[in-house]
Amino acid sequence: MTAQHGSAAGTVALAIGTGKGLFLATSGDRSHWEFTGPHFPMHAVYATMIDTRGDRPRILAGTASQHWGPGVSVSDDLGATWQEPADAPIAFPDDTGASLEQVWQLAPGPANQPDVVYAGVQPSALFRSDDGGRSFRFVRGLWDHPHRPEWTPGFGGKAVHTVLPHPREADRVVVAMSTGGVYRTTDGGASWQASNQGIRAKFLPDEYPEFGQCVHKVARHPARPDQLFAQNHHGVYRSDDGGAAWTSIAAGLPSDFGFAMVSHPHRPGVVYNFPIQADEYRIPPDAACRVYRSDDAGGSWTALTEGLPQQRFYPTVLRDAMGVDDAPVPGVYFGTRSGELFASPDEGEHWQQIAAHLPDVLCVRAAVVG
Amino acid sequence: MAVTVLLPGVLRADAGGFGHLSLDLPPDATLRGALDQLAASYPRLDRRLRDERGTLRRYVNLYVNGAECRGLAGLDTPVPAGAELHVIPSVAGG
Repeated sequence: MTAQHGSAAGTVALAIGTGKGLFLATSGDRSHWEFTGPHFPMHAVYATMIDTRGDRPRILAGTASQHWGPGVSVSDDLGATWQEPADAPIAFPDDTGASLEQVWQLAPGPANQPDVVYAGVQPSALFRSDDGGRSFRFVRGLWDHPHRPEWTPGFGGKAVHTVLPHPREADRVVVAMSTGGVYRTTDGGASWQASNQGIRAKFLPDEYPEFGQCVHKVARHPARPDQLFAQNHHGVYRSDDGGAAWTSIAAGLPSDFGFAMVSHPHRPGVVYNFPIQADEYRIPPDAACRVYRSDDAGGSWTALTEGLPQQRFYPTVLRDAMGVDDAPVPGVYFGTRSGELFASPDEGEHWQQIAAHLPDVLCVRAAVVG
Repeated sequence: MAVTVLLPGVLRADAGGFGHLSLDLPPDATLRGALDQLAASYPRLDRRLRDERGTLRRYVNLYVNGAECRGLAGLDTPVPAGAELHVIPSVAGG
């Protein structure tokens, strides 16, 4: 990588959701950052999104107060002010008998639908907004799925934590939930098919069930939408057919456990992962802080360590706590449960710590905003 | 009949900036009715206190003249004339 990545990137914004609020940061060179926050102090922010599809960047935050409940707020001025409607932006219909516990994912719809935003929530359900995230409607087809009574909570709760709208075909969406696995729709959410063939569930008597897997994260590149990458509760997989079948791509990683899986913004088949030793030993292998990147769709993996602590590093990187910006040479970012934030301005080749002592980092998103 | 609602500082932005609110309730009013009337004027405040099923959030304590409503009849607790309804966040979090 060249060293000319900084000024060419423009202004990059970072949104960092933590257990005690949202922090925002901007930088013109991706080396020096100006932070604001915490926004929504004492609210856990498990989901955030920087939407650059409109005429100005919009930041969304899914917030949850232990006392005062969940919500979704929107800012069109990079966090200077926030708007939240008087009526709940996300609410379960009366007949479901459910109530919103937490928003786990906010995901933009395809570029040609700039007002569409999806929300994956706990309890496991999907909501869709057609007004840029101000209000959401319930996607009943997923809730009515006959498998739903058998979806069970994992350690983090029972939630749809991943939503991947197809980049061009509006009726196609992939979701992932823990536990439950990957589901996809091709009819705009009316019906959903479990899509877990080949994914092992080592915690079940039948290790290859139709559904019930504990998927942690799924990623894909918009230019190659049928190629999916999944980090599971043990198991790292790729699908080349939109999720119909999966094959292991864990060879070359020091562990097949972990949470994060992120696609390179420009190069299809390039993905980032942060391995954790095991479900019963949630520490990076060798207590070293290593991001792994595959440049060949999981055929091989390269440890990225330059600038990252390689000794006595114990925190976890959670499922949404890694993100990329969309600069020509993209930046890569991740936060830890011990409140450190690391940034690379050059696709992961070189890293620096840009924040410490934050609350536990739950999600990180980045985008060029100017 | 008139009753008074007392709010913690963190909720005042959702109640027009007020820390004290006065409600005019019918004589047989319950706590649920009081919250329903509050919701009509301040829907954002209401959803801080209750979820979409109308259930009082777990870590929200609501006192009727000094007695927490869960030890009475919950949201069916009668509200007497002149009552003071006090919203206090419970001890939670880390």
